[in-house]
Amino acid sequence: MNTVNLAQGLPVNETLSTYSDLAYRSAFGLYVLALVASLIYYAGFRVAKVTKSSRNLVGAGGPGLTESTSLTDTGDEDRESAGSVRWARIAQLFIIIAFLFQAAALILRGVATGRFPWGNMYEFILATTLLGVGAGLIFLRKPALQVAWPFVLVPVLILLFFGGTNLYSEAAPVVPALQSYWLPIHVSIISLGSAILLISGVASIMYLIRVWQPQGQETGWSSGLSRPLPHADTLDRLAYRTAVIAFPIYSVGILLGAVWAEGAWGRFWGWDPKETASFVSWVLYAGYLHARATSGWGPKKAAWINLAGFAVLIFNLFFINIVVSGLHSYAGLN
Amino acid sequence: MAPVTAFLRNSWRTLTAMRTALILLFLLAVAAIPGALLPQRSLNQGNVNQYIADNGWLGEFFDKLQLFDVFSSWWFTAVYVLLFISLVGCLTPRSIDLVKQLKAPPPLAPRNLARLPHHAAYRTTATPEQAADQVQKSLKGWRVRRNNGDGRVSGSIELSAERGYAREVGNIVFHFGLLFLLIAFAAGKFVYAEGMRVIIANEESPAFCNTTPSAYDSFRAGLLVDGTDLAPFCIKVEDFRTDYLPNGQAEMFTSNIRFSEEVTTTDPATWEPYTLQVNHPLRIGGTRVYLQGHGFAPTFTVTFPNGETRTDTVQWQPTDLLTFLSSGIMRFDPPAGMYPDIDDRLEQQIAIQGLFAPTASFDGNILSSRFPRMDDPAVAIDVYQGNAGLDNGGAQSIFSLDPDLMESGALERRARVNLMPGESTTLPDGTEVRFDGADEFINIQVSEDPTQIWVGVFAAVMVGGLVLSLMVRRRRIWARIIVDEAQATRVDLGGLAKTDRSGWGREFDDLRDRLATIATATPVLPPSDTASSRGDDPDASWKDNIR
Repeated sequence: MNTVNLAQGLPVNETLSTYSDLAYRSAFGLYVLALVASLIYYAGFRVAKVTKSSRNLVGAGGPGLTESTSLTDTGDEDRESAGSVRWARIAQLFIIIAFLFQAAALILRGVATGRFPWGNMYEFILATTLLGVGAGLIFLRKPALQVAWPFVLVPVLILLFFGGTNLYSEAAPVVPALQSYWLPIHVSIISLGSAILLISGVASIMYLIRVWQPQGQETGWSSGLSRPLPHADTLDRLAYRTAVIAFPIYSVGILLGAVWAEGAWGRFWGWDPKETASFVSWVLYAGYLHARATSGWGPKKAAWINLAGFAVLIFNLFFINIVVSGLHSYAGLN
Repeated sequence: MAPVTAFLRNSWRTLTAMRTALILLFLLAVAAIPGALLPQRSLNQGNVNQYIADNGWLGEFFDKLQLFDVFSSWWFTAVYVLLFISLVGCLTPRSIDLVKQLKAPPPLAPRNLARLPHHAAYRTTATPEQAADQVQKSLKGWRVRRNNGDGRVSGSIELSAERGYAREVGNIVFHFGLLFLLIAFAAGKFVYAEGMRVIIANEESPAFCNTTPSAYDSFRAGLLVDGTDLAPFCIKVEDFRTDYLPNGQAEMFTSNIRFSEEVTTTDPATWEPYTLQVNHPLRIGGTRVYLQGHGFAPTFTVTFPNGETRTDTVQWQPTDLLTFLSSGIMRFDPPAGMYPDIDDRLEQQIAIQGLFAPTASFDGNILSSRFPRMDDPAVAIDVYQGNAGLDNGGAQSIFSLDPDLMESGALERRARVNLMPGESTTLPDGTEVRFDGADEFINIQVSEDPTQIWVGVFAAVMVGGLVLSLMVRRRRIWARIIVDEAQATRVDLGGLAKTDRSGWGREFDDLRDRLATIATATPVLPPSDTASSRGDDPDASWKDNIR
């Protein structure tokens, strides 16, 4: 009945939006190659024989340093595969190229539509996964963390796949409610916070695998999965460090969303499904930071809370618009 | 008496323990989940009714559990209040501790610095006093306490240094910000007011004045608002325009209005103009006026058999938000005096129920809409005669007729037609119903909440405290300077990260390297056979040995 003409004469630059789509597909392909390379590195990971390097120096008695010990810095972050590290380098290279293609897809989309390119689910996924990979490039630089890439690339690829298929929307202007200077501010901050929390969540997943199969005692069918992982402390610290950076960013994103809602929807907080779910994830992350700081709540429990927060975060960002209808439903779904 | 106080004390201790706070926090998160997944009365009453109707006993059961009113349910409130008390009970002692800590000097150096997570030792040719001065000088920004011989190890100079007090300050500020944010938010639920009103956007529509809740179609307010103290202002809606993209997506909604900041009878044309848009509410003092929705209001004229006419324009409900196909009703009383008997008059009411399409498209006789803008309007209506329920005394929907009236035969259908503007249909008794066209209406929301500014302020305080508490790291460093067996000055450094260890290893190493460099740069006092054996570049000797 509704014979609405789609995508005709919209004020967008179609050539550029086509190039944007092309860059998106190229990025997707390159990420797949990166995933393959990182999996090869993962599968071929060989653990070096542990040679405990003594840091206790005993000087001859002249001026200068004579002793130095550090119990917190185990040097574990610098541990690479004792085998070939070539595939890790190849994966890294592909990730960087794919990242550049993805950035191009986002920028071209923005230029084509003449607005900030995060006005629907497709664009939001594009922006958030881009920042997620960017956060990975920053936080996973250490040699020992190269093995984390498959854990990052799998969710990124799943999101990009759904973004590029089910949730794809033609380049178009946004609805009036989104025409506000708060769109770039609120969405990019939420997106950045979530991207860093992605790294934190992935680190906690790896941590839990590592705790389940402690270093040097891996057994059974899953030993191949756990053996390349760095020491549990390294992973726990990565999860915490990233959460500590992301949590204030995510908080500011939610609060600025409330400021925007006051101007757009007539109230700053109204328990809209997306608001409620963001509240739930915020509370869980707050719980994680508290659990991590409280002695008696081991890091393992804390990691589970971090994962719960991560699950709600992902559900809220990408899926709640599909399951429940609320004010945030401008995904081109309704 | 004693068991009672013991019970109270133990309850208080349990409630204010971090573990309990964490469990309550977790419960709060879990309790909020149904609020995201199930329809909520506060958001959409209709969706809740639909859900209960669709799910039978399960829906009723959920309703009994208050799952459709999560945020006003007793269990959500209970968790919230307990968490609140727990927070207060946790914050009070911590604030007192903080004040004590800020006054107290850093703690004495432990006896064995080598047991600390970070430890280093170096020798220098400087005197112990000089060496201590060097360490103290490089601890800029730290709170340092110096013990010349009166520390834990006799005959040594000890330095205790601590940094990052702002972490706990930020922590406390964050939690107080959160506490006051929650108080302001809760207070807002008592003093807010929110009214919705449909206004037909044309020149003739009267000005609207914010004088009483009854001026609104719907009005919600907190318990402390009785509606007698609404901010006085008037607005007059002059027009409404929607810009659409060729695909039917709305580009912008704009309504030109005029407003006066007092209730007045002056000519609205002299009032201040404002362009009301989505994302651009009108703010008059603490009151906000929003453009929240729009739709169409068809106009019909009924000419009764005696020649008298009645014209009305009523908003119809958009049923399809893409094409703005709308549905609604219209009710007309026969003119007074037409029927001498009141009962006859009741039986001769005219009711119209049907669909309105802003840009009509016909599939046979079935009307649908092709586009949300009013380019080619049409209506598809049923015209009824009989008792339209206007004077039944019961509440009636403004968008649909009571189906009972039709089933019982109180209302009888006299015509089913499609009409373009200006077209009319005539009923068997000679009554003529004409479709005159349609106006657009807008939904205006007027909101007041004097607490929201405080919620904003405390949210900002909270974020400030949060950033401070997560970015500042609390560290302790101790140094013990002694003269060793070889009569050389030996400096022992110990480092401890109090809460967040990340980056601490490097910080400690940097300090260690800086001090060791200074130590080796101090002129070698002759004669010293041990020093000469180190060669020309003593710096290299230890650098080779670490890492």
